[in-house]
Amino acid sequence: MGKKLLLGAEAIALGALDAGISGVYAYPGTPSTEITEYIQKNNADRETPVRSSWSANEKTAYEAAFGMSYAGKRSLVCMKHVGLNVAADAFINSAITGVNGGLVIAVADDPSMHSSQNEQDSRVYGKFAMVPVLEPSSQQDLYNATIEAFDLSESVQLPVLLRLTTRLAHSRAGVNRTTARIQNTLNAVYAPERFVLIPHHARQQYNLLLSIQKKLEILSEQSWLNRLIPGLGRNGVIAFGIAFNYVMETRQAFNLNFPVLQIGQYPLPRKLIATFFESCDTVLIAEEGYPVYEELLRGYLENGKVKGRLDGTLPRAGELNADIIAKGLGIEQKKVRQIPDIVVNRPPALCKGCGHRDLYEALNSVMGSFTEHHVFSDIGCYTLGALEPFNAIHTCIDMGASITMAKGAADAGLRPAVAVIGDSTFTHSGMTGLLDAINDRSPLTVIIADNDTTAMTGGQQSSATGSKLVEICRGLGVEEHHIRKIVPLKSQLEINMTVLRDEIIYDGVSVVIAQRECIETATRKKRNLAART
Amino acid sequence: MQTNIILAGVGGQGILSIAAVIDHAALQSGLIIRQTEVHGMSQRGGSVQSHLRISNREIYSDLIAEGTANLILSVEPHEALRYLPYLAPEGRVITSTNPFINIENYPAMDDILSELHRTNRPVLVNAAELALEAGHARTSNMVMLGAAAPYIDIAVEQLESAIEELFHIKGGDIVAINIKAFRKGQKLSQTQETEK
Repeated sequence: MGKKLLLGAEAIALGALDAGISGVYAYPGTPSTEITEYIQKNNADRETPVRSSWSANEKTAYEAAFGMSYAGKRSLVCMKHVGLNVAADAFINSAITGVNGGLVIAVADDPSMHSSQNEQDSRVYGKFAMVPVLEPSSQQDLYNATIEAFDLSESVQLPVLLRLTTRLAHSRAGVNRTTARIQNTLNAVYAPERFVLIPHHARQQYNLLLSIQKKLEILSEQSWLNRLIPGLGRNGVIAFGIAFNYVMETRQAFNLNFPVLQIGQYPLPRKLIATFFESCDTVLIAEEGYPVYEELLRGYLENGKVKGRLDGTLPRAGELNADIIAKGLGIEQKKVRQIPDIVVNRPPALCKGCGHRDLYEALNSVMGSFTEHHVFSDIGCYTLGALEPFNAIHTCIDMGASITMAKGAADAGLRPAVAVIGDSTFTHSGMTGLLDAINDRSPLTVIIADNDTTAMTGGQQSSATGSKLVEICRGLGVEEHHIRKIVPLKSQLEINMTVLRDEIIYDGVSVVIAQRECIETATRKKRNLAART
Repeated sequence: MQTNIILAGVGGQGILSIAAVIDHAALQSGLIIRQTEVHGMSQRGGSVQSHLRISNREIYSDLIAEGTANLILSVEPHEALRYLPYLAPEGRVITSTNPFINIENYPAMDDILSELHRTNRPVLVNAAELALEAGHARTSNMVMLGAAAPYIDIAVEQLESAIEELFHIKGGDIVAINIKAFRKGQKLSQTQETEK
């Protein structure tokens, strides 16, 4: 069998399939989306199909994956780093109960915030939950480590966190495959003493989790993901995850021979680290993300040997690369060409013909007549409404925050209070906030920009669109005649402005659903249809 | 042997198809590959780039270090300039001369060309024209791949069979047009090289 060309994200997907998962659960989020998409695309011809459709959010995804594990089968759950904030409650507590079938959570972090609102480091969550964390540095290692992660999860009965970052998730390389394993059989266990987390059980389970930490450390000592690359001299580098690649690239490019300790499995292998420290006078800590382990190894009172992000040897924020590592190692910087002064930025913009454009045009015209014209918004393509030429929205914090922030602002007396949220974001985390507003009679207008898909991440199936959204709003208690539908088209501008104005001045909870299919998915459908006929 | 290529363009111009062809051809040639992609917000009319590295020995970094790119292969002239810090001293810029203007402050074409001419013997290609000659405007990315082919250490037959592989689901006509576009780019590039 020849090598397959796979993105890092796809290497995880294939690894999980070959490890015999029975289900993958996920909510789309860059750079993690391709894991689930790969499984969806490569599922049709499988003897035993893998459950793989999109979940409403990361928490529902995690809990469902956990339920599959409870039933004895292997499951994978995938998300981007900020998605783990949403799933954190389930994640942390599943470490207390432990798992039955192998449960692996693949989390893709986004240092440098290529498509995210922060660069939080998921290894902190792994440490917080006290579960094993794997952080391979190449596509092949990702494939192999994913398979092993399931075995590890079943052997220590804990969820295993597989951490990767944007660069590896979205980089292709040839990957060799091993033999696929068959799925686990159904094997649900009655173990309320583990899975019913009343305080009495929880204390016992927590003690169990604490007691196996030493074992996890020993497993790290033995793991192939943690290894020494011997070298000369007493200035060493500990390279974590993908940082290993940049360190080795620099070592190769400049013909250097310093010792490197590669770390790809946590908790840290204490002995390996201690021995390495003894053999070195200085140790550069290269971590992609937060200086999580640099801080630990440096110690509050500084041990004097450590260099890294915290003393300015490496930049405190942002993604690493070989140039940054070379600079950190004191290698003289070569002169390179500069970007010519005439080069200007080409900021992302809403697509030509996108319905959000017409929605914002109408909304801006209406909001212009109010002294206070704050618009609370959310995460999706429509966030681009914050940029020129629209400048239409004033907040974007986290999934669902548009509605709840508008509610709080309305409670404070802000009039009007307007929220703009997409269909997929609404079902992810907007519905509960709308219920709060109804129960509290907070006067606000929620505009659901329904483009019939999760567009920003490439057009995945959205949990509720069209008439289903109307039913949800009605069910939550929005008054029938204050659930309005508009079609965001240039030709409808006048009528859309009228509807928006009427609902925005209404002193209660109203919802305006702006329904028009994403221009990207519509074009793609048309093209596929033409290709078939 | 190691070739570092920066692929540049604007979202939707088809640089990922160029990458897919080179990747596939390199894999078939038994070479090691690393190729990054850009997803997410930058897709929508924004600048997109891909770092593509092929080698006969282990590649560690998915990213190309500054000053080490052998080629900047761009489907848009202004975008080619954005990545000049990556270009090796002897590296070459191969770019389409057809501007993609979706911003108000797009620089003057003369300024762009004079910056391009400051690089080491740039290969400038009117890709749109050659693509139309080949049979479809959408093949300009394959024109550009053809123009870059003489500078990539992969046999032309491998590249052409990768084009076939990539487009065969769209039918024989589409394959033929893309191969034609590829050859037009290749020919132009070879002519420019001998003229210099």
